[in-house]
Amino acid sequence: MSIPFAYNLRNLVVRKTTTIMTALGIGLTVAVLLAILALVNGLHSTLSVSGDPRHVLVLRKGSDTELVSVFTRTQFQDLKFKPGIATGRDGQPLASMEVVTIMILESPGAESANFTVRGLDPAGIEMRRNVHLAGGRWFQRGQREVVVGKSVADRFPSAQIGKKVHFGRGDWTVVGVFDASGGAQASEVWGDVFQVSSDLQRVDYVSSCLVDAADAVSAQALVTSLNDDQRLEVKAMLEKDYYDEQTGSAKPIEYTGLIVAIIMAVGSCFAAMNTMYAAVARRAREIGTLRVLGFSKGSILTSFLAESAALSALGGLAGCLLALPLNGVSTAIGNRTYSETTFAFHVTPSIMLTGILFAVVLGSVGGFFPARMAARKQILTALREG
Amino acid sequence: MFRYLPLVLKNCWRNKRRTVLTVISIGISMCLLGVMIAMFHAFYLSDPAPAQALRLVTRNRVSFTVFIPRGYQVKMEHVPGVRLVTVANYFGGIYKDDRDPKNQFARFGVEPEKLFRVFGEFRIPDNQRLTFEHDRTGCVVGRDLADLFHFQVGDRIHLTGNIFPGNYEFTIRGIFDSPRSSQLMYFNEEYVEQMQSEGFRGNVIMYYTLIDDPAHSARVARDIDALFANSTAQTKTETSQAFAVAFLAQLGNVKMFLIGISAAVMFTILLVSANTMAMSVRERVREVGILKTLGFTPASILGMILGEACAISIAGGVIGYLISTLLMQGVAKSPFGPYLSVHAFDSPVAIACVLTAAAIGVMSSLIPAMGASRTSIVEALRSTD
Repeated sequence: MSIPFAYNLRNLVVRKTTTIMTALGIGLTVAVLLAILALVNGLHSTLSVSGDPRHVLVLRKGSDTELVSVFTRTQFQDLKFKPGIATGRDGQPLASMEVVTIMILESPGAESANFTVRGLDPAGIEMRRNVHLAGGRWFQRGQREVVVGKSVADRFPSAQIGKKVHFGRGDWTVVGVFDASGGAQASEVWGDVFQVSSDLQRVDYVSSCLVDAADAVSAQALVTSLNDDQRLEVKAMLEKDYYDEQTGSAKPIEYTGLIVAIIMAVGSCFAAMNTMYAAVARRAREIGTLRVLGFSKGSILTSFLAESAALSALGGLAGCLLALPLNGVSTAIGNRTYSETTFAFHVTPSIMLTGILFAVVLGSVGGFFPARMAARKQILTALREG
Repeated sequence: MFRYLPLVLKNCWRNKRRTVLTVISIGISMCLLGVMIAMFHAFYLSDPAPAQALRLVTRNRVSFTVFIPRGYQVKMEHVPGVRLVTVANYFGGIYKDDRDPKNQFARFGVEPEKLFRVFGEFRIPDNQRLTFEHDRTGCVVGRDLADLFHFQVGDRIHLTGNIFPGNYEFTIRGIFDSPRSSQLMYFNEEYVEQMQSEGFRGNVIMYYTLIDDPAHSARVARDIDALFANSTAQTKTETSQAFAVAFLAQLGNVKMFLIGISAAVMFTILLVSANTMAMSVRERVREVGILKTLGFTPASILGMILGEACAISIAGGVIGYLISTLLMQGVAKSPFGPYLSVHAFDSPVAIACVLTAAAIGVMSSLIPAMGASRTSIVEALRSTD
């Protein structure tokens, strides 16, 4: 027969100071783990909505980021009429020649940050269906005008409609703000491809090309046919894969965070062990009495293990509560091109469940030795103790 | 005060298991804190090694992923205080399977005849240095890199460029030793330059500048940046240590990360220690009553309990610090090692760890200690638990 769980719960309540302190210690460990998981998850969800499965990104052979890629106008003309590319509203193929560079934004009182500047064709705006104008208007061809992503506008008061930002050879007027439905494009600044590339003095050599295929299947076919084209010498990939790969930029933080959480967990494990040993020592007589009443060694062991697990589950819950305010807090991380991608921490139920499970495992490991000691007590000595 | 030290130590040891568990728990958390403090110290507080303090890094102000013109070199050489300027092109590139982090060691295109003057602390046999200077496709590798891949002089290394496109084959002409981690490869930037198509020549990623006196570094850096303040490619010049920190900062907000985790760890230690002290004081209420009847003043009882907590957390702090030095040696061997000034024993870091531990000891036991010192004798003696 097993000892009722209520017995353990009541014990936790009676010794509330110790319970709260141990649980909070475990809670902090869990909170660190959750913060890291929420960060990685947030970045992942931002990047996963950034890439459209129908889009194919074309770079120079050997390049792996848009920033270091070089793509010539001649290549673009050859590529534009490849079969499988969807047609836009104006009847032209949906292919956008794009040039990518980095700008630095400064504002008094805030740390400066780098953002990706993208010069693109109108087709590029049309094919990015997740991007919508949130205020102002789009830039005009041939004008030194830019439209900034929402994350950029939110972070920098200097990047508002009507103001001027500086990059390349001079000032550019901000004429609009766009929203990217949670995508990474919201951390970019967009302008006319001809203006931006001539400002960079690379009119004939832009960075990359983005094409829109009729559907996901023909996108895949397009990737294969472009990569096989000996004459073009380009590297094509699904835009989705390009963004998925960029989750790698969170790897250093992810690994460091996980190592920190694991080391903290070992520390908390010893703390839980300490608390449980104290609990066993104080209740020696109770344990003896329970044994006299006929409860087996096994049920004593499970009872104390359950108590330790309950204690740490409480810690796990505390950790969730501590980490929950992080949900939705936006942060930025350097991407592969060393400019920033803004995204929000994402504390999901499944992450919280992971945290609680982590705590329970930690507590059970810490509670095992004290529970075994409780179970092995001789009835007579136990009754005499305390 | 120290009269009671034997009694304090004896009290620590009365419940051996609890003390050991607490010390281990604090020690493990403190080792994390030690690593965080050491990193913070290395990034933001420590003085660079003398050789590093003489080196400035100049890059595009926007980002080091944006090129600066080759023509800057001549102008920079004329700034007072500058001894030598060399091109240092971070090459990136792909060696074998790029997914294996081992293969992503740092490689730079430099001017061979200047490399060992700018990096005065590198040691290489003269004959190897000379063959490297005379072979356009030659390269030199650091001892650590050579050990990692079992490279020998005469071996060939094949790289595919991504920032500088092309297929390159380098012959190892020398292996150099460095006081820091040396997973590094240097080769002749001219070889790479000539492989570029005409429109893409004349681009430089960074310049290393050797200056005459560390005291001039701030002025020289300012003078160099002032030269190009009105050009399209503005520069940012900083010491190589500041550059390493800026590089790391690209990965995320490093300072916040370090401070956030340190705070969480410290609070955890505080809870663990407070819990132990609360337990141990609770067991001893009666004993405190007896001590008081014997004539111990409330102040001395307060001191004894605080002392006990300090002793336990300092023990944890020392163990934690020792583990953290081992971990930091691992960090020094990591790919970031070449850019950090991490020492085996940093006295400011050690002192910071022990002081933090002591402070945590005092804070964690203040409440139970005050309680015990204030209880009246009668009440304390009546307690049965």
